[in-house]
Amino acid sequence: MSDTPSHEHDHSHSHSHDHNNPDDPLYNSHGEHPYQPDSEDTPYEHHHVMAEAVGELLIDKGIITADELRGMIELIDSKSPAEGTRVIARAWTDPEFKARVMVNVNDAAQELGIDPGTIPIRAVENTDSVHNVIVCTLCSCYPRLLIGLPPDWYKSRSYRSRVVHEPRTVLKEFGTEISKETEVCVHDSTADLRYLVIPKRPDGTEGMSEDELAALVTRDSMIGVTTL
Amino acid sequence: MSTSYAVGDTVAVRQAYPPGHVRAPYFIRGKSGTVDQVVGNYKNPEELAYGRRDSERLTLYRVRFNQTDVWANYNGPTKDSIVIDIYENWLNPAEGA
Amino acid sequence: MVHRSHHDMGGLDAGPVDLDEHTQVHWEKRTDAIMRLVSDKKRQIITVDELRRGIEQIGPNVYDEMSYYERWITSVTNNLLEKGTITVDELGRKMSDVEARWQADGATKV
Repeated sequence: MSDTPSHEHDHSHSHSHDHNNPDDPLYNSHGEHPYQPDSEDTPYEHHHVMAEAVGELLIDKGIITADELRGMIELIDSKSPAEGTRVIARAWTDPEFKARVMVNVNDAAQELGIDPGTIPIRAVENTDSVHNVIVCTLCSCYPRLLIGLPPDWYKSRSYRSRVVHEPRTVLKEFGTEISKETEVCVHDSTADLRYLVIPKRPDGTEGMSEDELAALVTRDSMIGVTTL
Repeated sequence: MSTSYAVGDTVAVRQAYPPGHVRAPYFIRGKSGTVDQVVGNYKNPEELAYGRRDSERLTLYRVRFNQTDVWANYNGPTKDSIVIDIYENWLNPAEGA
Repeated sequence: MVHRSHHDMGGLDAGPVDLDEHTQVHWEKRTDAIMRLVSDKKRQIITVDELRRGIEQIGPNVYDEMSYYERWITSVTNNLLEKGTITVDELGRKMSDVEARWQADGATKV
């Protein structure tokens, strides 16, 4: 098994290797990362050991390979809100594309060369009459393969408990106030659907290119806790 | 558990409180709402959770509720709503309409 | 008296939302990656439903004390043990092995 990592080494740390940096070239015989303490001597904890051990056992048994594990970490790292913002920007500028997004986000995203995986993602559109906000009260379901990992607050007890019964109060904590004339609709992702909010396109953006429009879209607006 | 619902039907969430892997949130049990969408047929997550991968498929519905019907002290406008994805085995036809 | 599971928290009261975010550290990414691999089409060793159920079965106090990925790795590991994919014996030996290596590298335990 090759020990050579296929990605660039991160030189942002001048001396000792960052033990949290999977790009560190000092891999052990499985291609796994040995513990490299920072100069500050960051301690490890029981669950870190468990995660390391489980990964190594799975590789020892041929259930996964070190390359697959590294590749999956790279895939996770590669996902961010960016691909979601491209879907939004195209939906704003192309009504027929938007109509397809409203039926099935996964298929529409593929048209843009984006692979958001097979878990079905559905879009909900913010308009003058309704503002949508997404939660998973039971766990933390989130369209990870389209917009990256969820923020800590999305997974928190406070958000999961409160946004279903006092959404307007919670939105205020994000600096968002929705007028009483607009319905607030909360979506609880209790089954295998994931949700993407299409924010309202901001005023004064006519004539902007898709790239410029995508740059306006934030992760939080695609969850529905902010407007643009 | 074979009642099929159509968009617009009024349904009530069954009021049962079993332990175990349950995907109908506590707060929605016993509440009535309207079918917003018939999503499709999927294996029951409450069975999959225990490794039973051959369970029968159930119909998944999106059901919309008025927030003022769900929470006694809801502090927002009566137009506010909440939509939950619920499997057919947790739904009964609602009394009245 | 009715049963309400600890994780089934929609509708409860809680403090303000803490907007601080942390970047996922390496062991958390590793946990996430392991779960995605063992649940993929090729392997289907664990389903996401089993992962969730495993998390829900973590006792209430411990659930709140653990971080998100601590709950994940706990559930993934318990599921793999239940299915016999790994045994308690080999897991214990491997964990001791890992710790010994890390300590030899100069790491300390929390």
